Amino acid sequence: MATQFDKDDASLAVVVGSGAGGGTLATALAQAGIKTVVLEAGPRYEIEDFVNDEWEMFNKISWLDKRTTSGSWQVARDFPNLPAWIVKAVGGTSIHWAGASLRMQDHELKAASTYGDVKGANLLDWPITLADLEPYYAKAEARMGVTRTNDIPGLPGNNNFKVLKAGADKLGYKKCHSGRMAVNSQPRDGRNACQQIGFCLQGCKMGAKWSTLYAEIPKGEATGNLEVRPDAQVLTIEHDAQGKVSAVVYADKSGQLQRQKARIVAVAGNSIESPRLLLNSSSSTFPDGLANSSGQVGRNYMRHMTGSVYAIFERPVHMYRGTTMAGIVTDESVNAPNRGFVGGYEMETVALGLPFLAAFLQPGAWGRDFTSAMDSYDHMAGMWLVGEDMPQESNKVSLHASEKDKHGMAIPNVHYDDHANDLAMRAHAYERGRALYDAVGAVRTFPTPPYPSTHNLGTNRMSEKSDDGVVNKWGQAHDVENLFVSDGSQFTTGGAENPTLTIVALALRQADYIRDQMAKGAL
Amino acid sequence: MRLVDKRTRLSRRDFLATGGAAALVVGTGSLAAPSGAWSMEVTTLQPATMRTLIQVSRDIYPHDRLADHAYATALAPYDAASAEDVSLKQLLESGVTDLNAKTKAAHGVEYVQVGWEGQRVALLQSVETTEFFQKLRGDLLSGLYNNQAIWPKFGYEGASADKGGYLERGFDDIDWV
Ligand SMILES: Cc1cc2nc3c(=O)[nH]c(=O)nc-3n(C[C@H](O)[C@H](O)[C@H](O)COP(=O)(O)OP(=O)(O)OC[C@H]3O[C@@H](n4cnc5c(N)ncnc54)[C@H](O)[C@@H]3O)c2cc1C
Ligand code: SF4
Repeated sequence: MATQFDKDDASLAVVVGSGAGGGTLATALAQAGIKTVVLEAGPRYEIEDFVNDEWEMFNKISWLDKRTTSGSWQVARDFPNLPAWIVKAVGGTSIHWAGASLRMQDHELKAASTYGDVKGANLLDWPITLADLEPYYAKAEARMGVTRTNDIPGLPGNNNFKVLKAGADKLGYKKCHSGRMAVNSQPRDGRNACQQIGFCLQGCKMGAKWSTLYAEIPKGEATGNLEVRPDAQVLTIEHDAQGKVSAVVYADKSGQLQRQKARIVAVAGNSIESPRLLLNSSSSTFPDGLANSSGQVGRNYMRHMTGSVYAIFERPVHMYRGTTMAGIVTDESVNAPNRGFVGGYEMETVALGLPFLAAFLQPGAWGRDFTSAMDSYDHMAGMWLVGEDMPQESNKVSLHASEKDKHGMAIPNVHYDDHANDLAMRAHAYERGRALYDAVGAVRTFPTPPYPSTHNLGTNRMSEKSDDGVVNKWGQAHDVENLFVSDGSQFTTGGAENPTLTIVALALRQADYIRDQMAKGAL
Repeated sequence: MRLVDKRTRLSRRDFLATGGAAALVVGTGSLAAPSGAWSMEVTTLQPATMRTLIQVSRDIYPHDRLADHAYATALAPYDAASAEDVSLKQLLESGVTDLNAKTKAAHGVEYVQVGWEGQRVALLQSVETTEFFQKLRGDLLSGLYNNQAIWPKFGYEGASADKGGYLERGFDDIDWV
């Protein structure tokens, strides 16, 4: 019988969201003996419910509640009500993620000192260094089974990778391999090895790819200290007279409001929902939203500089076969301002099925220019470009002035303007991507614009000083000692790397801190 | 490398069904390929409207190796949806009427009778920003490309978990790099 806690039990750690951050934190807390309840807005699916069908899975598990967009970013034009691709289900976006698991670099955690004064950028150094993170990166890699760490072999390269590698070699890139992937290249941790199915972004039918849904949460549940309550969307966080959080109010499956008491609350709804929840929890004590004395909640929204290059070759590639993102070139992820921008970017293999490629290759396009590209689908190779974007105070998640969701909670607006540095980096990355494919004989290449954001960061950022950010180096709110932020919204800056390994490392570090503070009676 | 067989796996009769919508036989409440290979009932939309939509769809996403049937399949849900939703019916019927009016003014015939693709595309460009065009284009994007029946034509194999993935079926069989 699964554990069920009482709603009036005020000794519980309450975690909002069960994705990479929340699912890991909750499991680690339960393993440390701390009674924990996870409130998850979405339903609980299992591996049996996954299908190898892009639109069916998208419609089944994405967060499709209305959001609005503004700003100069192309996503606002191409996908005005879909700023981000985020999952609403137990496991969160760790169901859909590709598995690329990279450590951030030392200089990236010191972005303000390294990059200096970048006009219009709200840069700050992280309050932690790589040395602080390293032990937790090691733990996260072991836990997630990241290839090329812990003596786990790399995945075999697929066709799409072989094209990338050939081009990288021709251009003289030195650091190209089949990736550090949280995908089993051999059976491990009770999970299967990858069968090269190729639907990594639709949920891994083999369970080879790490997801909190099946690689973390069941372990937490086995301790008897963890309850995961699906179909529970948290609407507000409440506090007591001392300004400490005391409960959360959520809507259950039937839309009824419920109140769950809490000893601590950890918010991990991903970088749009987490600030939305804090902003929606204003009170007379916290008139601008909970934990927002700095005014930084919702600000500094980052989504990485992204773009893709697809190339058509004379001969077939079949890019869709095999692990979607097992291929990387890291030579460009250095800080070399002589390229015309600060920070760097990664080049990673990516493949979309025919239905998604039609939607994303050139959004809005029609006619023969577009369809002749689709006709060459099986002759295409693809790469995704992902790099550091600049935090800007005006890029922000805010509450919509009038529109509400079905529970009466104000919907979020996501505003993003590309920074000049982002644009310069994207132009460089497109050019290098094209050059790479040209070197292997591409006959036609496409600069594909950004997809709805898959990496959402920075909206509750970590800072040394309480007036610069929302949380301290433990992800603990500067203003409210028993309130934590446990997802990518903590990121002070974004780095070039896919963020999830860092989210997991931070969650494990935070779990140790919470355990120690509770043991000391400080929480 | 293991290639995908792109040949049409249908009878010769069906194969002959490929062609412009102008050739479709319009009856009362139905449309049919001249060969009789396929037909389509329409109960809410005018058959002539559906015929025009099929041609417009091909002109929006022209794939010479796809039969009209692929476009008709993508459009078929509109008929039932229009029965439920008067504004959709209105949008489609008036969109086609307006397009035909524009076509008559320019060429003296209806849209499906304009024989040159370039001329039809120019007409579509002139309505590109209308709600009618954008709705049709958006719906086609999933209606057309999400139809499993046409995937082999593009060399896409679809679901693979049930076949054991590509581990033994060519995930790394590229032979030219
Ligand atoms: C297609 C795709 C591919 C990706 N590939 C990679 C990759 O290769 N490498 C990488 O590092 N990252 C990748 N990512 C990003 C990665 O998925 C995210 O960084 C990660 O999942 C974020 O973790 P999170 O805990 O912050 O949020 P999520 O995993 O999104 O989890 C948030 C959860 O909170 C729930 N929630 C939100 N609000 C509430 C509320 N008010 N009440 C209750 N529950 C709530 C949501 O329903 C959701 O389940 C990818 C993402 C996508 C979409
Ligand atoms: S390719 Fe591997 S990781 Fe991706 S879905 Fe298939 S088995 Fe899972």
